[in-house]
Amino acid sequence: MKRFGDFEAVKGIDIDVSPGESFGFLGPNGAGKSSTMRMIAAVSPVSEGVLRIFGLDPAHDGSAIRNRLGVVPQADNLDGELTPLDNLIIYGRYFDIPRSECIARARELLDFVQLSDRSAGRVDSLSGGMKRRLTIARGLMNRPEMLLLDEPTTGLDPQARHVLWDRLYRLKQQGVTLVLTTHYMDEAEQLCDRLVVMDAGRIAAEGSPRELITRYSTREVLELRFGAGQNADQESSLIGIGERLEVLADRVLVYADDGEAALREVHNRGLQPESSLVRRSSLEDVFLRLTGRSLEE
Amino acid sequence: MATPASVRVLEMQMLLLKRIWKTNLTLSFLQPLLFFLGMGLGVGSLVNDRPSSAEALGGIPYASFLGPGLLATTAMLTAAGESLWPVLGGFKWDGTYEAMAATRLTAAQVVRGQFLWLGVRMGIAVGGVAIVLAVHPDTRSWGIAPAVAAAMLCGLVFTAWITAWAASREYDTSFSNVQRLVITPLFLFGGAFYPVDSLPDVLRPIAWVTPLWHGVEMCRGFMLHTLGGVDLALHTLVLVAWLIPGWILCDRFFAKRLYR
Repeated sequence: MKRFGDFEAVKGIDIDVSPGESFGFLGPNGAGKSSTMRMIAAVSPVSEGVLRIFGLDPAHDGSAIRNRLGVVPQADNLDGELTPLDNLIIYGRYFDIPRSECIARARELLDFVQLSDRSAGRVDSLSGGMKRRLTIARGLMNRPEMLLLDEPTTGLDPQARHVLWDRLYRLKQQGVTLVLTTHYMDEAEQLCDRLVVMDAGRIAAEGSPRELITRYSTREVLELRFGAGQNADQESSLIGIGERLEVLADRVLVYADDGEAALREVHNRGLQPESSLVRRSSLEDVFLRLTGRSLEE
Repeated sequence: MATPASVRVLEMQMLLLKRIWKTNLTLSFLQPLLFFLGMGLGVGSLVNDRPSSAEALGGIPYASFLGPGLLATTAMLTAAGESLWPVLGGFKWDGTYEAMAATRLTAAQVVRGQFLWLGVRMGIAVGGVAIVLAVHPDTRSWGIAPAVAAAMLCGLVFTAWITAWAASREYDTSFSNVQRLVITPLFLFGGAFYPVDSLPDVLRPIAWVTPLWHGVEMCRGFMLHTLGGVDLALHTLVLVAWLIPGWILCDRFFAKRLYR
């Protein structure tokens, strides 16, 4: 649990992450993800409850825990005036890694995050995606057993996100434990073996992306758009189609294992949506089901 | 062999200094030179010609009186300039301390590294003054080396308190008032430009409790070879007594802010 004055940012969560696992906290802004991450990073004391990282208590062994962690914060705190190479070396020195070793690791990691050709310019001149990759490289300087990533791709363009996912996926294959927060469904589905859905400081559900979808949603979803302001009016005429309906401001979601069959039924009833789309269920649907709210609103 | 954590924090600052060292060094020599010429020789020519003033200074040229004081005031001004906005910025704007806090460094180590960095900055600035003083015949003295050390100790007191202040602020609104209402009056009333005895009786005790006056007196005593053992011990004691609580506050505020 984490309290800031009267405000309970994290009300109570109970999770275990095993070595080599890739674990995600999924939830909207303000769900308590970042507060949780700061506690795991041993930079924020736990207000109540038990937290052990590598079996150690952050209240007493904060420095020893941080020595084995890699941290990629939400806001880049690189030194903009220094070069990417210097940023990595300096960070490695904070861990008391010998200078020559720092240089060797820094070059290797710049290569890994595909920034070798930019190693000499100023960090200020890098794009957002490059800075985030550099921050990941920095977080790997101490060869951490666990890498914490707080919203690693927020604010990046689609291409930059895919490059970053690819690098993170490689890390996962190398056996690095990844713990990340995100409010992107696709990110969670791509990167997490297991995740928890957080809402208002609590865990709403836990499992693998597939398990969660199976448990809380149907195989397919039919999205119907009836035009502005008319979606809610159609609810009564749609009752009985699929397993469940979800009426949103801009569309109606029909949860059904066979989306095409559901769409045929809609047409049989003489309804004329402006557009329709059948897709597979995603974590977005799980979140909607659990909280009654859309994630990215 | 392991490098002390504070030195590893300093390495980061030194990399940044590498970018600006030419300007920094030039200014460090140029500014005291101009100041010394303007005040020491300009004001000095007025003072030296008045018998009563010369007597108040103990029969020495004004430049000899002023020079040592500039060592201490320079350390103080550097401490103030480098510990207000840069420290708040390290927390708020560039995330330097946040990045450090995520590593195995502790808050106390970050503080020590910051002090070490200020030591370098003050060393450059005070060293610039020392060279100017070593060149002029009125201020040339073997006491300049211990005087530099005394100025640095005095500067460290200001570093600690000003860093503690900056680390405990959410905004920089008070900083220009710290400069205007604390640093500038100390600069003017700390005994660097005239003997504190020339002040009205009520103001003198203020000078005696402020760290700057003790720093100025030590520097002057070393350079004019007038510092007795008891005075040396007393001045040092007062400065250390100021330093310790400032340092403790720094440790506390850094820990509170970095690990909340």
